Amino acid sequence: MTTIRCDIVSAEAEIFHGEAVMVVATGELGELGITPRHAPLITRLKPGHVDVVLEGGERQQFYISGGILEVQPQVVTVLADTAVRAADLDEAAAQRAKKEAEDALANRTDAMEVSEAQTKLAQALAQLQALERLRKNLKH
Amino acid sequence: MASGREIKTKIKSTQNMRKVTRALEMVSASKIRKAQDLMKASRPYARAMRKVIAHVAQASTEFNHPFLVERKEIARVGYVVVTTDRGLCGGLNSNLFRRLLPAIREWQDKGVQVDVVAIGQKAVQFFRRINGVNLIGSTSHLGDRPKVEQLIGVIKVVLDSFSEGKLDRVFLAYNDFVNTMTQKPTVDALLPLPAVAAELEAQHIPGVELEQSHDWDYIYEPDPASVLEHVLARYIESVVYQSVLENLASEHAARMVAMKSASDNATKVISELTLSYNKARQAAITQEISEIVGGAAAV
Repeated sequence: MTTIRCDIVSAEAEIFHGEAVMVVATGELGELGITPRHAPLITRLKPGHVDVVLEGGERQQFYISGGILEVQPQVVTVLADTAVRAADLDEAAAQRAKKEAEDALANRTDAMEVSEAQTKLAQALAQLQALERLRKNLKH
Repeated sequence: MASGREIKTKIKSTQNMRKVTRALEMVSASKIRKAQDLMKASRPYARAMRKVIAHVAQASTEFNHPFLVERKEIARVGYVVVTTDRGLCGGLNSNLFRRLLPAIREWQDKGVQVDVVAIGQKAVQFFRRINGVNLIGSTSHLGDRPKVEQLIGVIKVVLDSFSEGKLDRVFLAYNDFVNTMTQKPTVDALLPLPAVAAELEAQHIPGVELEQSHDWDYIYEPDPASVLEHVLARYIESVVYQSVLENLASEHAARMVAMKSASDNATKVISELTLSYNKARQAAITQEISEIVGGAAAV
């Protein structure tokens, strides 16, 4: 039986790597069953499962939260997303990144500098206390 | 000469400092391994992504995505700058800035505006002080296990600016992890992609023989524009993510080395101080004896 190479990877780990008889995934326009010598195809994947049928008929199932499917005649590549992605969620993240930059520009004394100053103050206080104690000891 | 007591307190405080630098050194030594594992874990994705991008570049598509088109007029460039959140890591961040600043000034001399997206607290602090640079997005405190989700926001800011034509070229600056002793400040071109794609096309990727020798194209579902948009955005994300991981490993390596030399210096200072403490003590004893002898002689 002919097989097709299948790679399923996410940005943070390699999920599956091996030969398969068929790969079933949920594309944006519906379910896709990829068998060896499929025509080149590229599509987005919907959150859902990817089934890999191995040579003995064994099925392995992986859940992915979206991604990209690329098909070449002898290799299927699934680039899985690590999180559920949606346009509005991405937009919110972008807004946050912009806001963070604006905040950084607006308050020139940000949290980092304040905490730095606080540690310095604490150190100075500790030194003063140590000096006091030394003076007392010297008097005795 | 300083009195015995003064020297003793100095020795004490140096010893305490050495304890801190030792601890930091050991923490970094253990974290560096984790960071390297992360780098390794993300490599298969980057490789698969590059492969797909190379295929996309080879496919004879009619459609030309804006990310793939080199622009002739450059009015504004963007830099994505990856730095650490914390200091005490030797010259890691300042080396990167030193590399970056002349490039930025050169653009400005040509009348090109410079926008910056900062990843990491140190970049935020640095570019706030620099005149004429526009901070358009920032994120920090990614922790020891950075996630792609934490970067989506800043990357989208860059991609949107590029698609809208606000940025004509984008660069990525980070510290490349060569090994524990060496971290290389690196500035790479990120957008547009033709240079990147051409380079990938030239590379032979082993084990992947393309069946067709004639012109071929993908079946795009649903359509080339949206699929390419998606693929290219993911590619940029993976490149930036990879650079964040490289920078993380670099940070721990640099901190480990810096803290090791700090501990060594502290040891040296302590031994010098101990010597002068002993000298001072001996001098005091000698003086006392001579005083007693002198006193006895007088009687």
